[in-house]
Amino acid sequence: MASNIRIVIAKPGLDGHDRGAKVVARTLRDAGHEVIYTGLRRTAKQIVETVRDEDARFLGLSSLSGAHNHLFPRVCELLVEEGLSDVIVFGGGIIPEDDRPALHDCGIRAIFGPGTPTDEILEFIQTASSMKNVGVGGDGNWNWQSTA
Amino acid sequence: MDVDQIRMALGGNRRSLARTLTNIENGTVTIQEIRSLLGDNDSTIKSNAWGSLAITGAPGVGKSCLIDKLLKIWAQQGNKIALLAIDPSSPRTGGALLGDRVRITSIDNEAIKNQIYIRSIATRKSSGSVPLIVADMIDFLHMAKWDKVVIETVGSGQSEVRCAAIADRIVVVEGPARGDGVQAEKAGLLELADAVIVNKSDLPGASKHAEELLESFELGLGDVPPVMLTSALNEIGVDEAAKVLIQLVDSGRSVRARWRERLLAHNERKILESPKLEEILASLAVGSISIDEAVRTLSGE
Repeated sequence: MASNIRIVIAKPGLDGHDRGAKVVARTLRDAGHEVIYTGLRRTAKQIVETVRDEDARFLGLSSLSGAHNHLFPRVCELLVEEGLSDVIVFGGGIIPEDDRPALHDCGIRAIFGPGTPTDEILEFIQTASSMKNVGVGGDGNWNWQSTA
Repeated sequence: MDVDQIRMALGGNRRSLARTLTNIENGTVTIQEIRSLLGDNDSTIKSNAWGSLAITGAPGVGKSCLIDKLLKIWAQQGNKIALLAIDPSSPRTGGALLGDRVRITSIDNEAIKNQIYIRSIATRKSSGSVPLIVADMIDFLHMAKWDKVVIETVGSGQSEVRCAAIADRIVVVEGPARGDGVQAEKAGLLELADAVIVNKSDLPGASKHAEELLESFELGLGDVPPVMLTSALNEIGVDEAAKVLIQLVDSGRSVRARWRERLLAHNERKILESPKLEEILASLAVGSISIDEAVRTLSGE
C-alpha cells in the first residue's frame, strides 16, 4: 500500500506563490506517489471536485496568503458534503501556531510550516495511510506533531 | 468486488466512477468481471462514430490547450466527454507528477462541468505513451454513458504509435516549422493519423508545414486525412476542427498497424505482469542469464 498513492496538491484562493507546493509535489513524486497538481488560484469547490474525479486518497493544501482560516475549513466541509470523508487532508505554508488547533478540529491531520524536512512529510503520508479513521470526516483525534 | 459501487458508478455517481476506474487501473477488478456481473456480453454496437480519440504529438505543440477548447465546444453541443490525460511515471521511482489538469479550464465552467470528466493517468510500468489498461478504463466509461473518451497521450515522438492499439481514431497535433519538407516524408506516427492538426497557426511556418503534410499524404496510398490549421490559444480554426473531429471516420489506413500495436501491447503487458520479472531483471543485471534466456523464461517456454 506504500506506493502509487494518489495525492492532490492544491493551491486554494488568491495566492500566486507555489514554490512550496511544487517542492512537496516533487518530493512525493520522487517517493513513488502519483501527484496531481491543480495549479494556482483554485476555489474550494474546484479542489474538492478534482479530488473526487481523480480518486485521490490524500489532499495537500498550500496557502501563503493568510486566508487559510477561511479556505481550509471550507475545503474540509465540502469534502464531507461530497461523501469524501475518508480523504486525508494536510496543509502547509504560512500557518501561525495559534491557528493550527482550529484547523486540526476541521479534520486537517498535519500542518507543515517552512523548514519542514521533506522526509517528515513522507513519514506522515506513510503513517496516515496505514491508520483508520483519519480521513477528514473521521472522528479520530489523531494529528501529526510537526517539527516546523 | 464492490457491486454497489459499480452500480452507483453506472448510475452517474462520479465518486464511484473514479473509484471504480482506480480499481480497474490497479487490477483489483477486471472489465470482464464487471461485464459478467451485469450480464453485459459486450453489446457494443459497432458504428461509424468513434468512442475513443487519441490526441498525440510532440511535447509543447499545444495538445492540452487545444483539447481544452475542443472539450468546451463538444460539451456545449451536449456531448458527455471524458478526458484521460496521460503523463509519464518515473522509471526510477515509479512516481509521477500529473499536471495536465492545470491547462484544462473548461471544467471550471459551471454550465458544462457536469458533462466533462477528467482523469489523470500515469504510465506506470508501461513503456508506451498509453498503458494498455486504459482500454479497459475506456470500456467502463462507455458503460457509464461517457460516450466520447479523449485520450491525451504523453508528448510523443515520431515512432510512438502505441496509442493506435487503444483508440478508435488518432489525431496528430503538429506545430509550425517542424523541420524541412523531408520530415513529412519520414515513416511513423503520421502514417496512422486519421487527422492532422497544425497548431500555433499564428506563428510563421504553420501553413507551409500543413501544405507539406498534405502533399506528402497525397503521394501515399488511401484517403488523404484532413489536415487543419488551428491556433488554440487565439481560438482560431478550433470550431472548424471540432466539427471535423467529432464526426471523424476511420481512415482505414491503419487496420493492420493497429492489430500489430495491440499484439505488441498485450505481449508487453504479459511480460510486465509476470511474477518472475524482478528475479529475471536481477539476473540480467548481474549477467547470469542472457536476454534470449530471459525471453524464453518470460514466455513460459
